[in-house]
Amino acid sequence: MGENFLLQVRDLHTQFVTQSGVVKAVDGVNFEVKPGETLGIVGESGSGKSMTALSIMKLVPSPPGEIVKGEILYNGDDLIKKTEKQMRHIRGNKISMIFQDPMTSLNPVFTVGEQLTETLRTHRNVSKRQALEHATELLNLVGIPDPKARLKNYPHEFSGGMRQRVMIAMALACDPELLIADEPTTALDVTVQAQILELLKKLQKELGMAIIMITHDLGVVAEICDRVMVMYAGKQVEFTDRFRLFDVPKHPYTWGLLNSIPKMEKEKKRLKAISGHPPDLRHLRKGCPFAERCPKAKASCRIQAPHLQEVEPGHLVSCLLYEEEKVTLE
Amino acid sequence: MINYIIRRLLLLIPVFIGVSILAFALLRLIPGDPAKSMLGNKATEAQLQSLRAELKLNDPLPVQYASYMKDVIKGDLGKSIKSHDSVIKEISTRLPATIELSLFALIIAIVIGVLAGIISAAKRSSWFDHLSMTGALFGVSMPIFWLGLMMIWLFSVTLHWLPPSGRLSVGTHLQTITNFYLVDSILTGNWFAFKDSLAHILMPGFALGTIPMAIIARMTRSSMLEVLNQDFIRTANAKGLAKYLVIFKHALKNAFLPVLTVIGFQFGFLLGGAVLTETIFSWPGVGRYVYQSILSRDYPVVQSTILIIAVMFVLINLITDILYKYFDPRIRYD
Repeated sequence: MGENFLLQVRDLHTQFVTQSGVVKAVDGVNFEVKPGETLGIVGESGSGKSMTALSIMKLVPSPPGEIVKGEILYNGDDLIKKTEKQMRHIRGNKISMIFQDPMTSLNPVFTVGEQLTETLRTHRNVSKRQALEHATELLNLVGIPDPKARLKNYPHEFSGGMRQRVMIAMALACDPELLIADEPTTALDVTVQAQILELLKKLQKELGMAIIMITHDLGVVAEICDRVMVMYAGKQVEFTDRFRLFDVPKHPYTWGLLNSIPKMEKEKKRLKAISGHPPDLRHLRKGCPFAERCPKAKASCRIQAPHLQEVEPGHLVSCLLYEEEKVTLE
Repeated sequence: MINYIIRRLLLLIPVFIGVSILAFALLRLIPGDPAKSMLGNKATEAQLQSLRAELKLNDPLPVQYASYMKDVIKGDLGKSIKSHDSVIKEISTRLPATIELSLFALIIAIVIGVLAGIISAAKRSSWFDHLSMTGALFGVSMPIFWLGLMMIWLFSVTLHWLPPSGRLSVGTHLQTITNFYLVDSILTGNWFAFKDSLAHILMPGFALGTIPMAIIARMTRSSMLEVLNQDFIRTANAKGLAKYLVIFKHALKNAFLPVLTVIGFQFGFLLGGAVLTETIFSWPGVGRYVYQSILSRDYPVVQSTILIIAVMFVLINLITDILYKYFDPRIRYD
């Protein structure tokens, strides 16, 4: 493909070695991010979406975690081969990250101004005063009123939504090309969630950065993502654009996710939850990891592992349903 | 903040009264005749009478206490029975010696303890971690008198590196200003005396600092380990900050609060509890003075020294509490 990618992740494997066995948190994930687009990574807790993000930043807690295989090409450079020092130059500068819980993600004992200017002074050769001016602009950009005075406040003097705005300001300090947002709205009130998503959309339009939006909320996906990767048990099960995901979902797991959203227009019915629990990643069985919970599972699903393949243009699925279909078609 | 300090200082009054009652009672609770127990069996009736009169032992207890407190407030802490010098004068040379030794010990303990704790936490389960934590275990379990004697045997008797006792060598002249010898020798530019007093303080300083050092190291380690797992450390790393900034700035300031508590507590403890170290190294400080006074039943001295140490303990705690605010801005004092 002659397309210009900002980030290409190839066959990424991230493992955790625990006393009760090896956990394959990320198990052979492939995706790419184009400049300026928003990629959603969707999945339930433990599906490996956060670990995928931390792997890109090379911030997987180690030990026990480790990236064991794969490539993470950022503008063609493999991040996995970079030294810690080279990575520090990228983190917060070229690729930055915001986290789920703004209550705990800011350091409680430093002022917001200190934490904002610190990023600038690490990556840019600026004076303290220039950094403070820039920090004021940043707070203004993310919609914090009276930014100059607020710089002197500590995180506990801000509300949850405001803290997430501070986190966003901090992440944007050095005009990154890629912003990884790890469930940025999960810990917030619904009204504040909408404000933060609006803000991210607006900032993306103004600043032109790409976003990887990690979420378990398909509402967020519908709101902001261009393309979506669905993860389950460390594997990617479906990868397509937003419209196809909602209109013609292919993977039974995605069906399950979509069915578990309440719909306004239909009559009141009980929501269909996906039965069962996600598998224990330490003891994965042969075959498809979703087979135990899949309504369409066949005998072969428990024996043969599916492979990710393009079933329609721009629509990748990892499910035996389609592999067999293809076989019978041929 | 100012209000808080004033309130805390006012709280000193009840503490002061409580401690003074205890110290006062100490003298009066001795079975039998306190005058006799102080002067010994060989004392004549006239001597006993004059001591009773001097200490007003014939008055009713409340009257005695009231007149004692009146003196204390005027700054008169009584006289030593042995030397007949005022306690204030006796303590004015000994207290700086004790404070100097305690501060020296504490600085060693903080520098080494905090550093060892940080490195142990940052490199958890490394050889350094195991070594320093085993060392800390030995440190807390080592009896000071044994450690002190071993140090004297090794560094003074065998190697002849350090003097075994005292604050200055005989024949070293030092013009005293503050009675902190290290400070005085710097103030007067007397480098010979500085080297000499440093050589004298090294061994007692280390001996006294061992236990606080071990406690501080363990406390720093566990507190750092907890903080290093926090989300904001991940944020700091995600910002691309250098590792030393993440550990020494972001983590340490958060982890320091419990360590500060221990330091404050240990400092108060050192000031009053350096008896063993001061005795072994013949350090002319308050601890040894109290110890000797107890042995020689010089109760006015014991009584007043207890009062002074208690007040200092409370003041150090107040300073610790005020310092909390620097390390954790979420703390409110109003």
